Amino acid sequence: MTAIGIEAIQAKGWWATHRWLLLRRLSQLSVMALFMAGPWLGLWLVKGNLNHSRTLDVLPMTDPLVLIQSLAAGHAVERNALLGLAVVLLFYLIIGGRAYCSWVCPVNVVTDAAAWLRRRIGIRGSAHISRSARYWILGMTLALAAITGSIAWEMINPVSMLHRGLIFGMGAGWMVILAVLLFDLFVMSRGWCGHLCPVGACFSLIGRWSLLRVSAERRDSCNNCMDCFAVCPEPQVLRSPLKGAAKGAGPVVMSPNCTNCGRCIDICSKDVFTLSSRFNNPVSMAGVSATAPK
Amino acid sequence: MLDTAKMACGVGMLGLGLGLYGKQARALPPGAIRPPGALKKDDFLGACVRCGLCVRDCPYDILSLARPGHEVATGTPFFVARNKPCEMCEDIPCVKACPTGALDPALTDITKAKMGLAVLVDHETCLNFLGLRCDVCYRVCPLIDKAITLELQHNERTSKHTRFLPTVHSDQCTGCGKCEASCVLEVSAIKVYPVALAKGEPGSHYRIGWEEKRKAGKSLVEDRNIIDLPDRLPEGVKLEGHSDPGGRLKSRMSDEAPR
Repeated sequence: MTAIGIEAIQAKGWWATHRWLLLRRLSQLSVMALFMAGPWLGLWLVKGNLNHSRTLDVLPMTDPLVLIQSLAAGHAVERNALLGLAVVLLFYLIIGGRAYCSWVCPVNVVTDAAAWLRRRIGIRGSAHISRSARYWILGMTLALAAITGSIAWEMINPVSMLHRGLIFGMGAGWMVILAVLLFDLFVMSRGWCGHLCPVGACFSLIGRWSLLRVSAERRDSCNNCMDCFAVCPEPQVLRSPLKGAAKGAGPVVMSPNCTNCGRCIDICSKDVFTLSSRFNNPVSMAGVSATAPK
Repeated sequence: MLDTAKMACGVGMLGLGLGLYGKQARALPPGAIRPPGALKKDDFLGACVRCGLCVRDCPYDILSLARPGHEVATGTPFFVARNKPCEMCEDIPCVKACPTGALDPALTDITKAKMGLAVLVDHETCLNFLGLRCDVCYRVCPLIDKAITLELQHNERTSKHTRFLPTVHSDQCTGCGKCEASCVLEVSAIKVYPVALAKGEPGSHYRIGWEEKRKAGKSLVEDRNIIDLPDRLPEGVKLEGHSDPGGRLKSRMSDEAPR
């Protein structure tokens, strides 16, 4: 078995095999830089953090989960936070709910590092928890907010802890981030982002209706190298669009848990994947004709 | 079914742990003060999204967000009066910055803020209590002669001087912490505490007679209905308008004496 991505690098070259990955790192870095320009350089383009921010002193953005928790806690939220929620909902309805996870969230860098290390060191075993655990945890955070009347999840939320920590001071927060890294590395493959994180779960609910999608448009030319499954942080989302032609499944990855990271587009030597929209999803004729006689 | 139960129990455990931890972390240490307009303790933690915009818009850079490991709930804003007190900006930019209303936008007059309440905690080290004229807390108070007054008292030690006792009035004090920050002692004798910690509360039925009299414009009890308690007077002295049951008492005592 060849190492993951070797085939693609031979076919397309290194740059084309890492294009989306590098763009994504650039996006994550740029978002962080925008937030850091204020405290470091006195250039106040964006104030606040991912929970709520104000860009150029006009555009508000609010994290949906933290706001829903506040509402569940029984607080009548003021206008600016609600406006910020509308902006965020609109934005991610277009570019894909969990695009937040792979293009913005700073924890993604940590968990991607863990996944990369895992492959490099060759750690095989992984604890098993259902990927739906995140929705249970999401429900728990809301129930907890309602019961305690406070946004309890923010006490330990690694996402805001890392982002806020980088901007406002980390304190003992680095231990939580280290714990997430070690958990993903040694305990569970893609454990945090792929199984547990309620922020990602919340964004995936938005992603249920979002426009921009990865599509296995040229799935006919798939050579079953399985590299896309190996690099995908949510490999279960690929099965049906890539291999479900016979069952009548369209080529677009419709699962809300796809993070639109584009790693599958990079890694495929046959250029099976591309970015497309949810509406560009023709139901496979092969499937229809196969089932028609019954 | 079993999977669902497993999941529910597992996540439930996590929730329980987090809930209990959150309950503990809810208590604000006395040294940490919330920005002006902050909702009451529990409401605040349900409303604040930990974004830090109040921190950013504070022109004096007084506020900070609690870090994990601090005693204050992670990510929430506070200041420590002894380090840097609130400058009480007239336009209250921190409240304006708050997107959720965790800092109540109804607060438009900073002198009505109730961040905490200053208390002259230590009467033993306060220089004014010792009879000196330090007066610093009184002088720096943004609401001088309203929130802090100097109450005059005879100095028993020298028997010829006056002690000027700094006295905080809770209806005026905003809890800005200027007094605590500027106290000249190594450890401040005057400190800002959360109002709930600093303030006493009489029973709801309790009425202060002279206050009621002032409100009503006249005494609420008619003079002739007042039962006068006996005054102990030297034998034979009579005081006009006072009952003097002394004689009666004395005669009764002598009656009882033989027993």
